[in-house]
Amino acid sequence: MADLEALRSRALIELSAAGDAAALDAWRLAYLGRQGAVTRVLRGLGELPAEERRAVGAMANAMRADLEGALAQRQTEAENAAIAQMEAGGIDVTLPGREGLVGRLHPITQTLREMLAALGAMGFQVAEGPEVEWEYYNFDALRIPWYHPSRDSQDTFWLEQKPESEKRVLLRTQTSPNQIRFMEKNQPPVRVAVPGRVYRFEATDATHEWMFHQVELLAVDEGISFKHMKGTLTQFARALFGQDREVRFRCHYFPFVEPGAEVDIQCGLCGGAGCRSCGGEGWLEIAGAGMVHREILENVGYDADRYTGFAAGFGVERIAMLRHGIDDIRNFYANDLRFLRQF
Amino acid sequence: MQVSLKWLSEYVPLTLPAKELAERLTLAGVKVEKIISQGEGWDGVRIGEVLEVEQHPKADRLSLVTVDVGEEESRTVVCGAPNVAIGQKIAFASVGAHLRDGHTGEPAVLKAAVIRGVESAGMVCSERELGLSEAHEGILVLPEDAPVGSALQDVLGDTIFELEVTPNRPDHLSMLGVAWEVAAQTRVKVKEPERVYQEAAASTAAQRTSVTIEDKELCPRYLAGIVERVKVGPSPEWLQARLLAAGMRPINNIVDITNFVMLETGQPLHAFDFRKLGGQRIVVRRAKAGERMRTLDGADRELTPEMLVIADATKPVAVAGVMGGSDAEVTSATTTILLEAANFNPISIRGTSSALSLRTEASIRFEKGLHPELASVAARRAMKLFIEIAGGRAAKGLVDAYPAKRSDTRVVVTRRRIEQVLGSDLSTTQVRAALTELGFGCRWVPPDRYVVRAPYWRTDVNIADDVVEELARVVGYDRIEAESLAGAVPPPIHDPVRDLRESFKDAATAAGLQEVITYPLTTTEVLLAVEPAGALEVHPPLRLENPMSSEQSVMRTSLRASILQTIASNLRRARGTVAVFESARAYLSTPDDLPDERQLIVGGVGGVRQGRWGEPTGEALDFYDAKGILEEVFERAGVELAFRSGEEYGLLRGRTAELVAGEERVGVLGQVHPQLASRFEIDGDVFLFELNVAKLLPARKMETRYRPQSRFPAVTQDIALLVDAAVAASRVQELIASSNLVAEVRLFDVFEGPPLPEGKRSLAFAVHFQSNEKTLTDADVASARERIVRRLQHELGAELRGSQA
Ligand SMILES: [Zn+2]
Repeated sequence: MADLEALRSRALIELSAAGDAAALDAWRLAYLGRQGAVTRVLRGLGELPAEERRAVGAMANAMRADLEGALAQRQTEAENAAIAQMEAGGIDVTLPGREGLVGRLHPITQTLREMLAALGAMGFQVAEGPEVEWEYYNFDALRIPWYHPSRDSQDTFWLEQKPESEKRVLLRTQTSPNQIRFMEKNQPPVRVAVPGRVYRFEATDATHEWMFHQVELLAVDEGISFKHMKGTLTQFARALFGQDREVRFRCHYFPFVEPGAEVDIQCGLCGGAGCRSCGGEGWLEIAGAGMVHREILENVGYDADRYTGFAAGFGVERIAMLRHGIDDIRNFYANDLRFLRQF
Repeated sequence: MQVSLKWLSEYVPLTLPAKELAERLTLAGVKVEKIISQGEGWDGVRIGEVLEVEQHPKADRLSLVTVDVGEEESRTVVCGAPNVAIGQKIAFASVGAHLRDGHTGEPAVLKAAVIRGVESAGMVCSERELGLSEAHEGILVLPEDAPVGSALQDVLGDTIFELEVTPNRPDHLSMLGVAWEVAAQTRVKVKEPERVYQEAAASTAAQRTSVTIEDKELCPRYLAGIVERVKVGPSPEWLQARLLAAGMRPINNIVDITNFVMLETGQPLHAFDFRKLGGQRIVVRRAKAGERMRTLDGADRELTPEMLVIADATKPVAVAGVMGGSDAEVTSATTTILLEAANFNPISIRGTSSALSLRTEASIRFEKGLHPELASVAARRAMKLFIEIAGGRAAKGLVDAYPAKRSDTRVVVTRRRIEQVLGSDLSTTQVRAALTELGFGCRWVPPDRYVVRAPYWRTDVNIADDVVEELARVVGYDRIEAESLAGAVPPPIHDPVRDLRESFKDAATAAGLQEVITYPLTTTEVLLAVEPAGALEVHPPLRLENPMSSEQSVMRTSLRASILQTIASNLRRARGTVAVFESARAYLSTPDDLPDERQLIVGGVGGVRQGRWGEPTGEALDFYDAKGILEEVFERAGVELAFRSGEEYGLLRGRTAELVAGEERVGVLGQVHPQLASRFEIDGDVFLFELNVAKLLPARKMETRYRPQSRFPAVTQDIALLVDAAVAASRVQELIASSNLVAEVRLFDVFEGPPLPEGKRSLAFAVHFQSNEKTLTDADVASARERIVRRLQHELGAELRGSQA
C-alpha cells in the first residue's frame, strides 16, 4: 500500500515537471502505458492473496483514474501554453511565399484565344491554313491582280522561285487566302474563323511589324446580309471590349468585299471626345469587313445568286495593344520576359 | 488629297459645320483623316505692306523692315528673310500673337525682342510660323491686292480636310468628286463650273496640228487644243491661293491652270510650248529601246519600250501620264500652247511610274483608272481658263483622237438583290434619290429592277453590288439594323493536331515555361548551327526573293536557334532560371508543292536554380530539372511518352533522351552541346527539348478509366539493388511495377562510387504492396517480393543489397 502511495506521489511530481506534449506522452507511457508502472501493478493483482487483492485493486484503480485526470489537465495546460506561444511569436506574413517557376501564355496567344472563344460562342469554328502561300490564293483569288494598286498596301515577301515553276510563292499578307481554301473544300453553310501569322514587307516602328497575327471571319449561307455582318461584328467587338462599347461601321474599300466597311470602336480613354490615344478621332479602327464579293463566291464554285456572306479581318496585336494599353508593337516579338510575364 | 472648304463651297453649298460634315463623309467612305483649321491662332496677325528695307547696322544677314499695317504709325522690325522687298504685301504679327516657332515648329507666343541691339516689336511671318506649311526660308508674300490692315484670317483663313483616298476612287482626288459626295450626304445640288469658251483664232486645231495614237491599248483617247498669243506670267491671286490650299506650288499661269483643272476634275493635263514641238504634231507611242529624255524635274531618264511616251515628229516630249519633258516646257517666252487632255491605261502608267520611281500627281490619278469622257470635260474647262487668265485665242475645236469610244456603264440592279445584300428593302423613291444625288442616272423598270447609269467620274461602279454599296453609303451604314446570325450552324471541324498543340501550350505554362513567339526568318548559317548539313540538303531552306535584311533571308527549318537566342538574351538580363517554349511551324521545302509547315513545340531551360524567393542560387540546373518540367507537361497534356537514351545533333551525347511513343521517336530532350551554347553566347548549361505535335497524337491518353482505390491496407518495403550502371533505372522500376501485388514504386536513392565496385550503382525503391481483394499477410508480401527479386537477378543481373520492413 505504501508502495502505491509512493508511486503516486512520484508520478505526480514528474507530471508537473513535464512541460510539452512529447514529455507528457513519455510520462503517459511510463505510468499508464502497456508496460507502465501503474498498469504493471494492476496486472500483478492476480498474484496477490484474495483478501489483499480487493483493497489494493480498488486503490490502484482509483490511482489510475486520478493520474489520468491529472494528465488530461496537464495536456490542456500544455496545449494552451503552446498556442499562446505561437500567437505571441507571430510570423511576418508580408514576407513573400515560396516561389516556383511560373510560365504564361504569350499575350498574343491569350488575346487570340479570347477572340476565338467569343467567335466559337457564335458558331465560328477554327480553320488554320498555310503561311507560305501561292500568289493565287493570297491575291488573284481575292480580286487583287498583279497590277492592282491594293498591292501597294500589302507589300509582300516573295520566295525565290524554282526555275521550273510558273506559280509564285509568297508569305501570306493576310489570313484571307484561307477563306478561298476553305470554300473550295466545303459547301455552305460556312462559319469559320481563320487565325494565324501574316507577313508584310514593311519597316517596323511603334505601330508596324513585318510579322503579325490576324483572325479572319467568314460566314456564307442563304439569307446572310449586311445586317448580320453588323450584328455579328458588334457582338464580337463587345465581347472583347465590353458590352456597352459603341461600335460603328464606316464604308471602306477592299477588293474582296462589296459593300465594304471598316469597323471602329469608341475610344475607351476619352469616350469619343478625342484624345491622343485615338489621334483625336474618338474612334479606334479594329477591323476591315464587308459582304463577300460575288466574284469570289463564283471563283470557288458557289452560286452567287443564292448564297451571300460576310468576311472580316481583325489584327490581333492591335486588339491586344488596345486592351492592355501597349504603346509599341515591337514589344511582342522582342521576347523580353520582363514584358511577357506581365500578362 | 487636301480639300479646302473655301474652294469646295464653289461647287456645293456647305450646310453642315466642318466637324459634322467630316463625320458624314468619313462614314460614307470618304475618310477625313485630319481637319486643319487654318488661321485659328492668327489673332494679332494683319496684312501689312513693306515700305522700307534697310541693312541691319550690326548684322549682314538681317534687315530692318518698315511696315505699314494700316495704322497712323508704321512699324519697324528686324527680319532675316532673304526675299523681303519693298512693296510686298506680307503677314505682320504683333507682340502677343500665337504663332509657331520658325525653327522647331512648336506653338509659341511672340514676344518683343532686341535683336543685335535693335528693338523689334513684331515680326514678318514665314509660312511655317503661320502653320501653313513647312517653308521657312523666306517670308510669306501675299497677293498684291491683299487689303492692308485687315486680319490675315479674312484673306487666308480656311478649313482643310485631309482625305484618305482608297485605290478604287480617283474621283476622290478631285474637288468635284468630293462635291458629289457632299451633295449626296447633305442632300444638296452640285454646281458644275463653266466650260463654254470663245474660239477666236482663225484656224482650227486640226489645221494646226495632228495626233497619231500608235498604241490604242495604252492610250484610248488623246485630245489636243491650241491656244495662241498667250501671255505667260504669274497667276492671279485666287488661283495661286487655290493651289496653295491644295498643297501645290504656283509656277506660271499656264501650268497653274492645268494643275487647277486637275485638282478640280481629277483629270491630269499637260501644256506644251507648241513651237518647240518638232513637226508641230503629237505621236503617242511606246519609247524606243535606249531612247532618253530629260523630265521637268531635271532628271535624265532612260526609257524602255514598255513605257508610253508623247512624242513630236522626232523625239519624246513627255513620259505619258507621268511627267512632261523639259524640251517642250512652257516658259515665259511661250506664245502658243498645245493642251493635252488624254486617257492612259492605268496598268501601263503604274508600271512606268514604278520603273522610273516617279510618282506624280498625274500618275497617281491615271493609275486608279479614269474615264475617257473626263478628258474632254477637263479640256474645255482648261481652254476657257487659258483664254480668261492668259489672254489667249483658242483655235477652233479640239483634235480628238478617240479610236474606240467607251460607252457609259449601265448596270441592272434588282430590288431583290438590294434586299438580299442589305437585309432590307429600299423604296424606289429612296433608291432614285440616292443615286441621282450622286450623279447617277436611274430608271425604275417595273416590276422589280432599276437600270442605273454610272457617271463618267465613277469608274469604280461596274456591277449591281457596286450600286448596292452606293445605296448603303447614302442611306448610311449606321442606319442599317444589326441582327444576329441565324440559320444552320455548320458541322464541326476536327483538328486534333491543333487541339493537342493548344493543350500542350496550357500544360507547358502550368509547368513553368513561358511562351514566346519568335520570327520565322533567319539565315542558313544559323540553321546550320542547330541542324546537320544533311537535313538542310533534304529540305533546302526556302529563301526570300526580297529579304529586308540578310539576317532574315530564309525560312527556318528548326525553332531551336530561336529558343537559344531567346534564352541567351534573357539570361543577359535575368539571374535566375529562364524557361521558355514556342509553338510554331518549321518550313520544310518539298520538291513540287508548298512546304510542309511542320508544327513543333520547342523549349529550353537555362540559368541557375532559383531559391525560395526566385533568387538565383549557386546551383546549376541539370538534366533532371528539364526532364521534370517536361514530365509535368506530358502529365498535364495527357500524353504518355517514354524517355530513352539517344543522340541528337547539337546535344551532348550521354545527356540526351529520345522521347518515344510506342516505337516511334516523337521528340528529343538533352543538354545543349557546350560549343553550340557558346555559339549563342550562353555560358552555363542549357537544356533543349523539341516535340513534333502531329507525331504525338498516338501517345494521347484518349480517356482516363477509373480504377477503384483498394479498401485494404498497403505494406511498404524498400528494395535496394546493386546493378550495372548501364542498366536504365526505368527498366528496373518497370520490372518491379509489373508484379500484380505492387501498387506503386518510387525511386528514393541513387548512389555510385566507393565502396561500390566500379561500373555498378545502387538503386533504392520504396515498393507499396497492396491487393484489391484482401489484406496481405506477411507471407503474401514475402513471396511476392521474393519473385520480384529473382526476376531482377535473372533479367537485369541485379543484386539485392539488403532490405528492411
Ligand atoms: Zn480617345
